[in-house]
Amino acid sequence: MGRMTAPVETRRLTKRFGTATAVDSLDLTVRAGEVYGFLGPNGAGKTTTLRMLLGLVRPTSGEVRLFGLPPGRLDGVGALIEGPAFYPYLSGRDNLRVTAHHAGVPAARVAAVLDQVELTGRARDRYATYSLGMKQRLGVAAALLKDPRLVVLDEPTNGLDPAGMADMRLLVRRLGAAGCTVLLSSHLMTEVQELCDRVGILAGGRLVAESTVAELRGDRTLRLVATPLDAAAARARALLGTDAVRVTDGGLDLAVAPDRAAEVNAALVGAGIAVSELRTEERSLEQAFFALTGGNTDD
Amino acid sequence: MTDHIRAETLKLVRRPATWALLAIALTLSVTFTYLIPYAGYAGGTGGPRADRGLDALLPDRLVGNSIGGLPVFLGSLMLILGVLSAGGEYAWGTWKTVLTQDPARLRVYAAKLVTVCLAALAGVVAVFAAGAPASLIIALTEDRAADWPGVTDLATGVGAGWLIAAMWTVLGTLLGIALRGVALPVGLGLVWLLAVQNLLALIAAPLLDWVARAQQGLPGPNAGSLVAALGAGADTPGVQAVVGGGQAAAVVAAYLLVFAALGGALLRRRDIL
Repeated sequence: MGRMTAPVETRRLTKRFGTATAVDSLDLTVRAGEVYGFLGPNGAGKTTTLRMLLGLVRPTSGEVRLFGLPPGRLDGVGALIEGPAFYPYLSGRDNLRVTAHHAGVPAARVAAVLDQVELTGRARDRYATYSLGMKQRLGVAAALLKDPRLVVLDEPTNGLDPAGMADMRLLVRRLGAAGCTVLLSSHLMTEVQELCDRVGILAGGRLVAESTVAELRGDRTLRLVATPLDAAAARARALLGTDAVRVTDGGLDLAVAPDRAAEVNAALVGAGIAVSELRTEERSLEQAFFALTGGNTDD
Repeated sequence: MTDHIRAETLKLVRRPATWALLAIALTLSVTFTYLIPYAGYAGGTGGPRADRGLDALLPDRLVGNSIGGLPVFLGSLMLILGVLSAGGEYAWGTWKTVLTQDPARLRVYAAKLVTVCLAALAGVVAVFAAGAPASLIIALTEDRAADWPGVTDLATGVGAGWLIAAMWTVLGTLLGIALRGVALPVGLGLVWLLAVQNLLALIAAPLLDWVARAQQGLPGPNAGSLVAALGAGADTPGVQAVVGGGQAAAVVAAYLLVFAALGGALLRRRDIL
């Protein structure tokens, strides 16, 4: 294998628990400075992969490199994996002091990260008294203690109220804007769609797609409802080509750029066809996700 | 390493359970070593220590009296301390928080061992410190001479007590790691210390020669032999000279190292899930 210096790079990474394969020959690359979304249904192997990246779980085979180094070194790497975990009898501040000692970073960072996640006001309270959202924010604060170049966040908005989710998204955006690489595992499609530069989709332990959000969503198309539909389909095929027109659900899907809407409308109306609906259609990331993972879009 | 020890110390010192264990240890030690035997002596009611009488409660017996509880009941509390220290990390899921800051598991583990062993030393010193005024008060009350053990004897006693306390504490740490939690390791550890050891010593060993021989290699009987060699009363549970003091110290030290090594190997090898 060649020299790997990307923030995250795996080669044929595999983890088996007994006979079950949790992660299967995974090749993953997260580039410097990008916000990378890691998507997958429950049990797809996302958290196991993240744990292998951080050295918590040992791969059965394959290789992991963070900034070109094996996961025995986590300099410049911060992480929040599968929810926050702290000592309930300690205050938020003391929990971060403990964490800072383990990380070997100055205690002065504690106040800075508490401020960053807006927990300074409750820093003296015991962790056991925190709400779920406050615990989550403390977990993010711990991930930021090392002033990391790479932040691994596993479902960081879990348990947060809408305002907390918005704050978390803002934080991720700020990290990305500051040049920090973010590996974000989430099951919230809108979150990933909004925040991430690139997305990797994991299903059954394998990476089934890796691309930009825009590429995964595909080209925008036109949706047309007209009467009579047969005549509309024939006219559209004559105008756009046979392959570009599909009859579905009482309407037409037109695989053409949205800027041809006026041209299509004029052609149909000119042929005496009544056009009742003509709109741009774009596949959501969720639809792309379900198409790739074999799930359904009903829920 | 120093930073990790600071972190472990902060966790240990701020944990209410640590102070509860210390308070229980001191209360049990003073109550069963001094208060109850003295009450028996003063009331003339006899009892387990009546034959030793007042002499067994005076300051010159401080070493034996202070470490006599370590083979069993003080040892149990030390074992619980060790379980809480390592098993609590599993119970709260905090290993992942710690090891994502520094993934060098053996470094973190070594700091944890150093911290709990220092806590064991503090516990032993506290038992000596609690026993000293208790024995002094009895001596003054009974108008007897307050002759204290020599510095060497005290140092030997504290050292031996620490060795036994550290062995049980590290066994607790090992159980916490092996069983990845708190409840089961505490339960199993206490069953061994409080029940199985006594059953072996009182029932099995007198009946079966091979059990009696095996006793010479087990941690509890060696801890009992070590404190017996330093003057602990033979009527204290777990105190019995099945081997000499030197051999007992070597065996206890060997167990301490083996328990520490096993805990480290398990923590290093296994996934943190």
